[in-house]
Amino acid sequence: MVTTAALLQALPLSADYVRVLPEIVLSIFGCLVMLLEPMLDEETGQKLLGVIALVGTLVGLGATWFMAQSPGLAFWATIRIDGFSVFFHVLVIAIAAVVILSSYEYMAVQKIRAGEYYALILFGTVGMGLMSSALELVLIFIALEISSISSYVLAGFRRNSAASSESSLKYFLLGSFATAFFLYGVALMFGATGSTNIDRISVVLQSNTIPLLAYVAVAFMFVGLGFKVAAAPFHIWTPDVYEGAPAPVVGLMSTGPKAAAFAVLLRVVFVVAVPGVFWMVWVAAALSMILGNLGALVQNNVKRLLAYSSIAHAGYLLVAFAAAPALGISAAMFYSASYAAMNLGAFAVVSHFANAGERYVMLEDYEGLGRSSPFLAAMLTIFLLSLIGIPMTGGFFAKFYVFSAAVKSNLIWLTIIGVLNSGVGAYYYLRIIVMMYMRESRKAVPVTHVPFALRLALAACLFATLYLGLFPGSVLHFTQQSAAELVSTPVAPASAPIAKLSGSL
Amino acid sequence: MRTDIFSPYILTLVTFLPLAGALLLMFFPRRDRDIRGWALFVSLLTFVVSLHLPVHFRRGLEGFQFQINKPWVATPNIHYHMGVDGISLWLVVLTTFLTPLCVLISWKPVHGRVKEFFILLLIMETALIGVFTSLDLFLFYFFWEATLIPMALLIGMFGHERKVYAAVKFFMYTMIASVFMLAAILWLYAHTGSFDFVEIRDQIASGAVPHFSAAAQWLFLGFFLAFAVKVPLFPFHTWLPDAHVEAPTAGSVLLAGVLLKMGTYGMLRFNLGLFPEQSRHNAWWIMVLALIGIIYGALVAMVQPNMKKLIAYSSVSHLGFVVLGIFSFTQMGLDGAMFVMLAHGISTGALFMLAGAIHDRRHTYEISEFGGLAAITPVYAATYLVIVLASVGLPLLNGFIGEFLVLSGAFQDKPIYGILGATGIIWSAAYLLWMYQRVFYGKVTHRINESMGDLTGFEKTAIWPCAVAAVVMGVAPIMWLAAIDPAVQNALTPLVRVASRVVGQW
Repeated sequence: MVTTAALLQALPLSADYVRVLPEIVLSIFGCLVMLLEPMLDEETGQKLLGVIALVGTLVGLGATWFMAQSPGLAFWATIRIDGFSVFFHVLVIAIAAVVILSSYEYMAVQKIRAGEYYALILFGTVGMGLMSSALELVLIFIALEISSISSYVLAGFRRNSAASSESSLKYFLLGSFATAFFLYGVALMFGATGSTNIDRISVVLQSNTIPLLAYVAVAFMFVGLGFKVAAAPFHIWTPDVYEGAPAPVVGLMSTGPKAAAFAVLLRVVFVVAVPGVFWMVWVAAALSMILGNLGALVQNNVKRLLAYSSIAHAGYLLVAFAAAPALGISAAMFYSASYAAMNLGAFAVVSHFANAGERYVMLEDYEGLGRSSPFLAAMLTIFLLSLIGIPMTGGFFAKFYVFSAAVKSNLIWLTIIGVLNSGVGAYYYLRIIVMMYMRESRKAVPVTHVPFALRLALAACLFATLYLGLFPGSVLHFTQQSAAELVSTPVAPASAPIAKLSGSL
Repeated sequence: MRTDIFSPYILTLVTFLPLAGALLLMFFPRRDRDIRGWALFVSLLTFVVSLHLPVHFRRGLEGFQFQINKPWVATPNIHYHMGVDGISLWLVVLTTFLTPLCVLISWKPVHGRVKEFFILLLIMETALIGVFTSLDLFLFYFFWEATLIPMALLIGMFGHERKVYAAVKFFMYTMIASVFMLAAILWLYAHTGSFDFVEIRDQIASGAVPHFSAAAQWLFLGFFLAFAVKVPLFPFHTWLPDAHVEAPTAGSVLLAGVLLKMGTYGMLRFNLGLFPEQSRHNAWWIMVLALIGIIYGALVAMVQPNMKKLIAYSSVSHLGFVVLGIFSFTQMGLDGAMFVMLAHGISTGALFMLAGAIHDRRHTYEISEFGGLAAITPVYAATYLVIVLASVGLPLLNGFIGEFLVLSGAFQDKPIYGILGATGIIWSAAYLLWMYQRVFYGKVTHRINESMGDLTGFEKTAIWPCAVAAVVMGVAPIMWLAAIDPAVQNALTPLVRVASRVVGQW
């Protein structure tokens, strides 16, 4: 018999809803965009939808603030709100806001109907946010799917371009394969430990001898997540998908879902501490850095070049995963944030410069940009310098911090591979700068006026890049605190209400 | 301590004044005259402000002065720690002295993208001063890397035919070498918990750093490689001739005058300061490389048909003297090394300006294109002669003092080093005077040169201060050495301690 009391206990508390408030807000705004889309006319309506979506992300940021006020577990310990998840919520929502800003004029230029586009960005952000706060592997899987499926669709949004459709299909096929790996890993983990809750799993793994199945499970999950973060050897899809997808979407894909997948990976690697993960991460980090940088050296398409660069950066980030927990987590968090700022900025410039039909994405199109548009060239240069890791930018400090964490954890060889790679990697970013400033343009590439929304997006990215490079103190303080909190959090009690409910049934 | 309220902030002011000027310059309308004028004003102001340092510097004191030490980031433990001693003091002044001259020498020759040029030049100045004033390793690396971009852009945007190749080569060489220094800095931080130079030095000296003895050799090499490429020490010098030949005049002046000194300064400060024992162990092969640099650089300079390349190789040779002096571990050698750094900065800077002057007129650096210029451009020829003699090391000019001290120091260390090094002076006289003779004496070989104009007002105001400085430094070296000497003594103390320990073991 189910008693009323047990049922009531089983219902989520109102505080629980606060802990998913950003997700709720973003979903509402996403639905709003979808509902309004057919009612608005073509021209002005498209712009209005963009504004609504942007307001949605801003309200979402406000909701995150409310969420941050009530840390704790929610929904039967499937979600935990702590500094870690607040950080990633702010990050992914801010990413969505910048992407919406940089898509604002892009949509009109490319003649893309904007309705579902903005809605999908918002829904995708819901998935990413949930990924960072979920403790339950099944919920993580659902969140992962929400974010992935919206990016599959977004990748194909330039419908009249074959490359875009190819990109979408490729991403979808390989992506669903990868998520299947993740799901398989979850199932095996359940078999090995009898739970799909990360906290429970970690307790079981710490108290008993680790069953062989757990190793396999972690490896499978790593494959799934490694695909999402574009880490070698699961990176093959990246250049093709990035090349075809609309440039602002690439900006999103390379930062948002990636950051969220890294958040999940951080929980899996550090909270579910399975020996052997270390070497898996070590190899993946080294391979990603080497293959990403080597691949980027020979690219002539800027989008492909940045795709390889994103593989390399995934490698630098993975270096943090091999480091000691508290240090590594905070380094990885900081890195995700500064990578998001500089990469979004770079893609914002690329998407504007590409012009209708994304015609101008080759390296030689950038010749003489320093003369024809000093503003765009200067912006892109700063973001590229940050990607190289030149002082005064977030990219420098992020790399510095990651490698410092690695050296502190005695990962000398991985650090040497890393610093050498960042030296070699400078070459291909420099090639773009060389094109812009040191060569004269040989063909007339029209550079249209930079619209206000894009200026806003660029300003936001620039501010974040410089702020993280010059005054990293406050952000670092936050990441260090939440990393320490994450590492030391006492394990949640067995998800009580459900157990009780099922017991009484 | 000094009660002067200005002193703690003077270094910050000197360092960031050019940057502030560059930031303001970004908002200037593209009227070239205003831009040039502003750049000159900012760089002159920086020079005047920087004179506060030598005026108020207390000579005879060891340790750092005008210090400022404020926390920047809590964890990692990064401080905004700046300070100068007798070693870095003069390098800062050298930088602020050369920059206004660079502005003047670029007044006419730089045409397109004037705004970008002067913005980069001023940013460059900030980064260079920052390198010499930082006492926090993070801060030091920060400025060290920050010098790369403006210099690469100056070469790549305003250089000559093969500018892109030279810019990229310069960038990649120094970037890849300096990441090893980064790794070494990170190691030191991981094991000492500090980026502060003074603190790390004291911790190492007291033997409190765990695992230090095992890693020290690698750390030494990590720092050394970054510095050796910058100097450039043979065999890491191949980027230098390319960078110099392709760079615009102002770029060459700063490159030879200051940028190369970052390497020797780094060796003196960090290799000797942090790793005295390893410095002693490795000194022999470093001295050999320095000697090869001196002789090889001179011989290659001799056969260069290109005037600018000749001067570039002469830098390789002169910087060899500096390294020789530093690793002789004698008071004289180090004093001399410091003095050569300053003298070379001034005389080679001036040589590049002079080379630039004929390039602006004839658009070539080929020595064979000239001849008999003394008759056509007497002022130019006379100025050139003073600078060449200073560079050759004629007594009473600045080159002599430094090289003499270095060679005495090297001789004290091992006579053979002194003897081999001394041949370098002969070689340098040979290639420079031969070049001078071919360009200025004899008959006018090319009719086109007859219409060449003599030095312009801007060129005179840019080059003559260097000539005056060369004379003053040669006549009254004590004005500089009084500050250098105690700092060098201080730098040598840990080395002497090491030496006595080695002797004690025997």
